[in-house]
Amino acid sequence: MKIRNYWNLRDFGANLWENAGRPVRVAIVLGSILLVGLLPFMGGSILATPIAAFDAVLVYPVGMFVLMSLGLNIVVGKSGMLDLGYVAFFAIGAYTMAYLGTTTNLNTWEIMPIGIALAMIAGVLLGIPTLRLRGDYLAIVTLGFGEIVRLILLNSTWSKGPNGIANIPMPPDLGPLKFELKNQRVFFWVVMAMILLTIWMIRRLTVRRPGRAWEAIRQDEDAAELMGIHTLKYKIWSFTLGAAVGGAAGVLFASKNLYIAPEMFTLNVSILILACVVFGGIGNIWGVVIGAAILGYLPDRIRFISDARLLAFGLVLVVVMNFRPDGLLPRKKREKAIVKREANA
Amino acid sequence: MFEVLIDQFWSLTLAGISLGFIYVLVSLGYTMVYGVLRMINFANSEIFMWGTFGTIITSRDIFGYTQTSAPATGGKLALVLISQLIMSMAVAGLTAIFVEYVAYRRLRAKGTNRLATLISAIGISIVLSELMRLLTDSRPVGSPRVLEKIILTEVWGANIRLDTIVTIFAAALIYFLLERFVQLSRMGKAIRAVSMNEDAAKLMGVNLNRVITTTFLVGGLATGAAAFFYITVFEYSKFNIGFTMGMAAFTAAVLGGIGNIRGAFYGGLFLGLLEVYASAVLGTQWKAVTVFIVLVLVLLFKPNGLFGEAVQTTRA
Repeated sequence: MKIRNYWNLRDFGANLWENAGRPVRVAIVLGSILLVGLLPFMGGSILATPIAAFDAVLVYPVGMFVLMSLGLNIVVGKSGMLDLGYVAFFAIGAYTMAYLGTTTNLNTWEIMPIGIALAMIAGVLLGIPTLRLRGDYLAIVTLGFGEIVRLILLNSTWSKGPNGIANIPMPPDLGPLKFELKNQRVFFWVVMAMILLTIWMIRRLTVRRPGRAWEAIRQDEDAAELMGIHTLKYKIWSFTLGAAVGGAAGVLFASKNLYIAPEMFTLNVSILILACVVFGGIGNIWGVVIGAAILGYLPDRIRFISDARLLAFGLVLVVVMNFRPDGLLPRKKREKAIVKREANA
Repeated sequence: MFEVLIDQFWSLTLAGISLGFIYVLVSLGYTMVYGVLRMINFANSEIFMWGTFGTIITSRDIFGYTQTSAPATGGKLALVLISQLIMSMAVAGLTAIFVEYVAYRRLRAKGTNRLATLISAIGISIVLSELMRLLTDSRPVGSPRVLEKIILTEVWGANIRLDTIVTIFAAALIYFLLERFVQLSRMGKAIRAVSMNEDAAKLMGVNLNRVITTTFLVGGLATGAAAFFYITVFEYSKFNIGFTMGMAAFTAAVLGGIGNIRGAFYGGLFLGLLEVYASAVLGTQWKAVTVFIVLVLVLLFKPNGLFGEAVQTTRA
């Protein structure tokens, strides 16, 4: 007799999804989008955060973390390259917004493509020389890149050094939706739209040539290359797409925060984002979304242990990794079986 | 631009060598663990940071030195310095073993993916540095001066200070002892066997867990010794000093070829000199940038490092 384990959320969700017809699926998707979209109105409930305003927390860190984790997931989860300098692309996006927003008349939506483009260029420039490396070495080089970007921002005059850039303009209103500092629900909806767009992009790419190439590279790079996949090209693509998402998040962040400084873009952010990806389940979109939402939200929810919250965060990482090394919602079982067989061989 | 470098060439060189020896010892913590586990010991930077506090506590709280008290002399000086060194090494060694037990052991037994292990190591390094941040209220902690920085003599316009000389000779001695330990002792042989071929070593009856714990311990001891010298020269510590040191030491390890003890020696010295020269030419704020650029260049053009295994064939 088959025992159905409803506590296994992933299988439960997958079953529900597999057995549903198209109308039910559309309903599930629209319903979840609506539910998440209503989150900013939940500020009075048990979800409320003690110090920061709830809707602000939903935008940054929660929304931004989800967005960036999805971007990093393309690099780490889909194609298996460890990137510890992801914050660099976030910083490039943010500083593009800050610099152009304060010196020209361009608004946030016009700067967005420029920021994304610059982040992508940086991704290509970093990718071409370094993506030949593998594993830990790639991790260290990208980590170094993240630090170089921060140090350049810290020591350059155009970026106003450690003082940072202030008075960054808000995005212009979108019809009836007004961007306000006091009430950031419109920001949240914009982030949500960007998240949905990213998810859609990843899902489309996954079932096409690039996605399959990434999957092959992740599982065995040598075999992939022997099968005629231009591995460097697809690795750079994955890196660049990840960078684009980071850059977009950066532009929006600068426009929301109105002030940015180099100390906001330290290695800690890269590590946090990576932790979100691994914590939720590397390579699994929904795992990443949930992991990032939890890790972004948790430190603000547990502000009552105020100073020790990063300590608690570190402990959570260690404990979760020790007991659920594949994250909260792991990749499909089949893939796990393959990995296990390889490990035993 | 180069005037400073030319004017003070010999004193810079001396400073570079003493910094280089500190790098050599810290990079042993990376290189040895990497040799055995094929994984970066991500928490080594925090192990170093804990070692510096071990040093400070010994002189400040056990021997009761303050910022204003006179530096020690004679036998007392040797006693304080040696107990500082031992304390620092003990703290760092124990921290390293703790890291191995908490962050690596269980995951290694499960044979899970490397990313999970890396995150777990990152988690433990966050715990270590945050714990110290809470203990010190995020403030930098100054170390009372135990070893007076007497200028012994002057050679080619360079002041030869006592602390520099002590650092260079003592660090070289400790490096030499550790290197001999790995080369000659039974345990050292086992460590080398595991780093060459883990499965074959296991079949030959090597106790893998013990070897790995010992490797962490030896790496921790070296890092702890480096922490002591760091405090002797720079006389201050903070909860976040580990990061820069860790990056530089890792670069040194890669430079010499990671997994290779002798490589760490040359890599550390080279990097120490380079960093000092570069900050004389470009200004100290670009010091870290130089380190990273060197790292990228080395990985691109000489990925084996100067003495190490082929990096590109190392699997992810």
